[in-house]
Amino acid sequence: MTTPPAPAAPLLSAHRLAFSRNDEPVFGPLDFSLGPGETVLVEGDNGSGKTTLLRVLAGMLPSAEGEIRFDGKPASRDSRNGHVLWLGHRTGMNESLSAHENLGFLAGLYGTRPGMTAIAAMERVGIAAWIDEPLRTLSAGQKKRVGLARLLLIPGDIWLLDEPYANLDRHGIDLVNALIAEHCARGGATLVTSHGAVRFADPRARHIRLGT
Amino acid sequence: MSRSYLPHWMHWLGSPPNFYRFAGAWRPWLMAAALIAGAIGLYGGLVLAPPDYQQGDAYRIIFIHVPSAWMSLFIYATMAVAGLIALVWRVKLAEVIAMECAPTGAAFTFITLVTGSLWGKPMWGTWWTWDARLTSELVLLFLYLGVIGLYNAFEDRRRGARAASLLALVGIVNLPIVHYSVQWWNTLHQGTTVDFLDPARSSIAPSMLWPLLVMALATHLYFFASLLGRTRTGLLSLESGKQWVRALVDGQPERTTGAPT
Amino acid sequence: MNEGRIGRSMPAAKAGMAGACIALLRRDFVLAWRRRGELFLPLLYAVIVAALFPFALGPDPELLARIAGGVLLVIVVLAMLPALESMFRADLEDGTLEQWLLAPQPLALLALIRVIAHWLTTVLPLIVVMPLLGVLLNLPVKVLPVLIVALLLATPLLALLGSVLSALAAGARRSGILMALMLLPLAVPVVIFAAGAVAAAQSGMPYIAPLMWLAAALVLAIVLAPLACAAALRIAVES
Repeated sequence: MTTPPAPAAPLLSAHRLAFSRNDEPVFGPLDFSLGPGETVLVEGDNGSGKTTLLRVLAGMLPSAEGEIRFDGKPASRDSRNGHVLWLGHRTGMNESLSAHENLGFLAGLYGTRPGMTAIAAMERVGIAAWIDEPLRTLSAGQKKRVGLARLLLIPGDIWLLDEPYANLDRHGIDLVNALIAEHCARGGATLVTSHGAVRFADPRARHIRLGT
Repeated sequence: MSRSYLPHWMHWLGSPPNFYRFAGAWRPWLMAAALIAGAIGLYGGLVLAPPDYQQGDAYRIIFIHVPSAWMSLFIYATMAVAGLIALVWRVKLAEVIAMECAPTGAAFTFITLVTGSLWGKPMWGTWWTWDARLTSELVLLFLYLGVIGLYNAFEDRRRGARAASLLALVGIVNLPIVHYSVQWWNTLHQGTTVDFLDPARSSIAPSMLWPLLVMALATHLYFFASLLGRTRTGLLSLESGKQWVRALVDGQPERTTGAPT
Repeated sequence: MNEGRIGRSMPAAKAGMAGACIALLRRDFVLAWRRRGELFLPLLYAVIVAALFPFALGPDPELLARIAGGVLLVIVVLAMLPALESMFRADLEDGTLEQWLLAPQPLALLALIRVIAHWLTTVLPLIVVMPLLGVLLNLPVKVLPVLIVALLLATPLLALLGSVLSALAAGARRSGILMALMLLPLAVPVVIFAAGAVAAAQSGMPYIAPLMWLAAALVLAIVLAPLACAAALRIAVES
């Protein structure tokens, strides 16, 4: 008699996660989990700790209390490597190089999703006309799109996106929502922060509200 | 993080308000003991001990020079150990202790260099020479200054303490160099005269040895007393927003907390 | 036993370690090439300082010959300082370091590759220029090979030590003197051994022992410095 398979562990889960800076509590305690195909939207006003939460999840900040698990196993120094993609306020790319060069180097460093190339990613996000200009000559919105191209190109199950809609126009916002939807359809998971000015497209997304 | 392998008292002491009270209670006693030991040691060294058959009375500066030199190394080791704890386990108390060691260590290193220079002039005819021990002791002073400088370059004191602790650990390779420099290289500085591992090999007269050891005890006691005092101040400024500090300032009875923060 | 499902929903072209190292080296070379005008500055600095010594001390060839080896060593160390200070600053500011934390490769390996690229682009030109500077300071010809070997051992060692310090200082407020203050105590033993080798060669004595010490320290540093550098980078990114 076979036992039914145990329910698979979520890709990312947090248990009583909290963070304080100089003993001032920034957020928490929070409990949530993210499985394949799921999206969580973290909302809150400026200064409510959204970026801090994402940085804690990304491993850049040590959590004060609580536990983070990847695939059911407690997070260690290397759990995220190659599996988590981070899109923050900074581009993460060198300003003296062009988008094409930057993505080429990133592909060499992190690998690429099968079937995806730097050119295809850049065309998808709509910066095909500026792929050879140094990044510093691009506008903030164009730089953000280069960051989105990186998300398309580099493999990673879990996307942590901090204010991905910042600096984008209406088309850009639709693009972000489309990319997130495709990512979830592929079985990935996404955690997005927003200060609520943008209507998030996915009606099935769960919401977490930070701050009072 | 589970701390079940630590003895309970260590767990208790790691909490800033508990350490603050503990340090406040012990500091005056340690300081008094340091002053008494220092008085005894100096009397024994400056008055009781006979003149050296080679150097006359000029040698008596060793009763300050040698204990200071020992302290310059000991304090660095203490700083490195506290820094290691701060880096690996992020214990707030360890961060404060490590950073408060640095100025005292720098001071003892400076005293070592100055007293050595004052001794060197009548002995070797020169205020300074670039031999191995003097050079590595000077390097030690710069290491201390680097740690202090790096710590103060950070706005976030906890990050600064961890960065400076890492620097202290990188520089720890200098310690054996200072200590063994007189054995590895032919230097102007005299060789090892006090051998702790094999006292029979010590080449110093007993009447000079005991004041030296008493002064060593005095400087250790002084360092611990000073460290307790400085750590108290450091904890106050690091924790200035917290309830236990505000209670202290207001003079109200504080809420006792059993768990360390 | 359930295997982790992370990574299985999207099988990817794995980035091999060798491929990643080459990609990072290429990136640093391209960046250095874009700034190739700036790379001449340390060279120019070294030439100017080397040329100043005969003016300051008088052109007596024997005096210059006696001090040439040591002076050239000091010039190289000083010329390395500005580039060392900015080794990680740009990447911290534009967010590249954050991405390194999430890379499939160990952070220590990426740090080591960065040091190698830094040494090749900023220090190797200095060493190549040594014969010219030696002529300016009347360095005895027989000493030149020993000086070159000493520099080939000492400068990577200093670059590795400097990488740890640069990572530590990258997260701090800008302070010009801090890097020099931190590097000096660690550079002193290196300079002592390198200069000892050169001085021994100059007076016809055996010079192998100091070079061996440098080599041993270099091997130790290749193993340990990247680990310390990675720890320092993690502290720098945390803010």
